[in-house]
Amino acid sequence: MNSHLTFSSLDLNQLNSDFNADLGGAGASVTFTGFVRDFNVKGKLDGLELEHYPGMTENALQELANKSRAKFHCLRLVVVHRVGKIENHEPIVWVGAASHHRQSAFDAAMYTMDVLKQSVPLWKKEWMDGKAIWVDAKDSDKIAASRW
Amino acid sequence: MTENKNTVIIKFFALVREQIGLDEITETITDNETLDELKRRIEAKGDNFALALSGPVVMACNQTMVDGTHTINYGDEIAFFPPVTGG
Repeated sequence: MNSHLTFSSLDLNQLNSDFNADLGGAGASVTFTGFVRDFNVKGKLDGLELEHYPGMTENALQELANKSRAKFHCLRLVVVHRVGKIENHEPIVWVGAASHHRQSAFDAAMYTMDVLKQSVPLWKKEWMDGKAIWVDAKDSDKIAASRW
Repeated sequence: MTENKNTVIIKFFALVREQIGLDEITETITDNETLDELKRRIEAKGDNFALALSGPVVMACNQTMVDGTHTINYGDEIAFFPPVTGG
């Protein structure tokens, strides 16, 4: 099971099942799923689109997974991210972190999401009333990544 | 026709791509040119280029994020894009 991008819907049951199979000596498995919100500060949204940089985005995602696995001594760490058009309430990103103890698994999942939001070339565009608006990067995401 | 080897490909993504109106361009560079120097020359190409590159822009060389002091080599793949917003 490798980290990857996909234009297809994320099958959460399949991801969890594949990730947790044959985990060996793992004492903890933490998974995180991010979903598309149906609102922003201006009102109701009609889904979003994710643009990526072919080649660079896939490599950045894999490098992040490798770095996170090594930093927190995980037995397995996988990141899967949607790209393209995504409907409200659909999963957009999934992270699995497995390790001997729960603290490193929780930390690895947190670190992976915080750093993903700063280092992986993906850009969100939100749809509202037939118009699409690019999402600005948030200072809070920068602060979250800097604490690691 | 003689192929010009003194060039780089410059790719644009997301809002930067939309404001410029192009996915990519090919640009002739000079010896030891830095990304900041190249960016200033691209900004001077027109109002749409200046607008697109006036805000916070991330730069990449050969698909690795770098800062403006990075020296470009012939044949490099350069990219300009907004700060990322995945996750």
